[in-house]
Amino acid sequence: MRDVAVVAYNQFATRRDETRNEIEMLLPVLKDTLGPLGLTTKDMGFTVSGSSDYLAGQAFAFVSALDAVGPWPPIAESHVEMDGAFALYEAWVRLQHGDIDTALVYAFGKSSPGDLGRVLALQLEPYLVGPLWPDAASLAALQARALIDSGKASEKDLARVVARSRRAAQDNPNAQLKGEVDEAALLDEPLFNDPLRKHDLPTISDGCAVMVLAAGDRARELTDTPVWIRGIDHRVESQHLGSRDVTTSASTRLAGQKAGADVGTIDLAELHAPFSHQELILIDALGLDETRTRINPSGGALASNPMMTAGLVRIGEAAKRLAAGEGNRAVAHATSGPALQQNLVCVLEA
Amino acid sequence: MAHRAAVLGTGQTKHVAARKDVSIAGLVREAADRALADAGCTWDDIDAVVIGKAPDMFEGVMMPELYLAEALGAVGKPLMRVHTAGSVGGSTAVVATHLVQAGIHERVLTVAFEKQSESNAMWALSIRIPFAQPLVAGAGGYFAPIVRGYIRKSSAPLDTGYKVVLKDRLNALKNPYAHLHQPDITYEQIAESPLLWDPIRYAETCPSSDGAAAMVIGSERAAEASERPVAWIHGTAVRSEPTMGAGRDRVNPHAGRACAKAVYAEAGITDPFRQIDCAEIYVPFSWFEPMWLENLGFAEEGTGWKMVHDGTTALDGDLPINMSGGVLSSNPIGASGMLRFLEAANQVRGTAGDHQVEGARTAMGHAYGGGSQFFAMWVVGAEKR
Repeated sequence: MRDVAVVAYNQFATRRDETRNEIEMLLPVLKDTLGPLGLTTKDMGFTVSGSSDYLAGQAFAFVSALDAVGPWPPIAESHVEMDGAFALYEAWVRLQHGDIDTALVYAFGKSSPGDLGRVLALQLEPYLVGPLWPDAASLAALQARALIDSGKASEKDLARVVARSRRAAQDNPNAQLKGEVDEAALLDEPLFNDPLRKHDLPTISDGCAVMVLAAGDRARELTDTPVWIRGIDHRVESQHLGSRDVTTSASTRLAGQKAGADVGTIDLAELHAPFSHQELILIDALGLDETRTRINPSGGALASNPMMTAGLVRIGEAAKRLAAGEGNRAVAHATSGPALQQNLVCVLEA
Repeated sequence: MAHRAAVLGTGQTKHVAARKDVSIAGLVREAADRALADAGCTWDDIDAVVIGKAPDMFEGVMMPELYLAEALGAVGKPLMRVHTAGSVGGSTAVVATHLVQAGIHERVLTVAFEKQSESNAMWALSIRIPFAQPLVAGAGGYFAPIVRGYIRKSSAPLDTGYKVVLKDRLNALKNPYAHLHQPDITYEQIAESPLLWDPIRYAETCPSSDGAAAMVIGSERAAEASERPVAWIHGTAVRSEPTMGAGRDRVNPHAGRACAKAVYAEAGITDPFRQIDCAEIYVPFSWFEPMWLENLGFAEEGTGWKMVHDGTTALDGDLPINMSGGVLSSNPIGASGMLRFLEAANQVRGTAGDHQVEGARTAMGHAYGGGSQFFAMWVVGAEKR
């Protein structure tokens, strides 16, 4: 495979009820990402984005966002109705052909204008399950209950994940929820979706992220600190919770093996776990050792979870830290669908 | 250097106004099963699945590929979902092709669908404020002024569109999968049908269909091992331009010309009219045939309509266009672009049935979307390139 690196990355400081629209959020982040490289959209060999029409409440929402990129003269461009991490995968595939050396990847999503729990219920099987309107947090709670009942984790473990996330997010200017919290105090909070408490749920976030990929020598020209994609793979499972073991993540495990996450040292891991218990499932599926690998140094999705963007943010956060010398090798993960249905794993090296 | 890729098999559903007998999963599975059978492979042979469709609002299911993972045989495999507006069926096939050309997979199943009976596509396509001014109703309302622009610039006879429809609907009679089968259609009927969006008459518009298309795209090794005829993918290209912009030419879009130039360069085409034997191009409203003939370089600017009138684009003409009946005869929006790519592949495989162009060796598939701003194309051939 051709060597492809993350050479630039930026994200919007997420918040709830952002008044700017998608284009207004994207424009400054694009400028901050391309500007320092001395590049414009015109210089990109390929451009690809990830977003969802349903979050915008409008068909073809990605079309107006493309206007922020300024595709003139016309550009080679594509779009996935998926998290931006999967757009990155498409760009990585495209760069393998060898005829282009750079790609622009971006993702955006605003969760706060709608009722996210109900919006995500529209992802479910539409004839028998969807009409019951099971919201995302209720489905996640079923998974958390199964995990606790299996004896693999306790409510205390969930509180530990939340406290660590909030603590780590203190250094992340893009995170929404941060601070020192007492694990015992977390357990005194009332149950929200038994066994989940409100702090076990992800934030409602509006945001976007922009990344530039470059291949081989072009990456070395563009930055002194390219972060190389050493492996990337993604797998999907059945959507039906009843037909898979939700206490583990078979698709994450397989994608991790294909991407090479199961061998060698991993200094840090950015895991897209929208719910606290899912971080534990992912750590297990990827075979990570918490004593050797820093888990979610950004605070993860519990601190900031912009829909369609949070997966790409994991890859960006991991790349940013490797570029800053915080480690040599990292694993980044993105998820989609109810209860970790679809998972992508990316192994990065400084 | 990219690896070679080829279409190993294709499948599609019979396109109809409403497939009330199947779920969305049943619809996509039908096309996928047919593609696998045509390719002579089983679900185990498929390494990854790439699915495309137009806006999720057409069926009311958000990111339906998640729910469709099992029906698409994707469990345990990579599954990608493409959405690039009306060009999506084409760009989905391009993404699938890229996975094989990058040397990542041996066989990729690509599927595109729309079940338009689940909603009202015209209003789903009427973009509301704050996204756009509430001036147009449906795609026809957006495209009619562009057609008028073409007529003004080219001085084309006003019945050019009628002739396109008559040709495509007669071609559709030879395609058992086509939605509209109108054996008694006449020029007069088209000319007398109600005017919807001046100058576009009712008979000059595409239907609203339920349907799916699927292809198995394989590596050189998989193609050589296949006992069925294959279509070698000589070139693919995608291009996009903005919705708004002072420099835009909506009649002859820059992105369409750039996309054609790129796909021809990759496929080694220097004289498209002579080197391409037939083409399936995305014509949702009759007048887009002459417009795209010019945009694709088959005709000089302002002269595409002449090829409609002199029979060049007829099934037995020098450059048959939309042999299957085209979008004017079947339009499951998300699948319409892939159907163009699929029909082009079948032509060079020699498997197009009654609408086969004799001796077709090189064919083009074309799709466009948005406000004539997103383009996806491929050129396929009977021979390896």
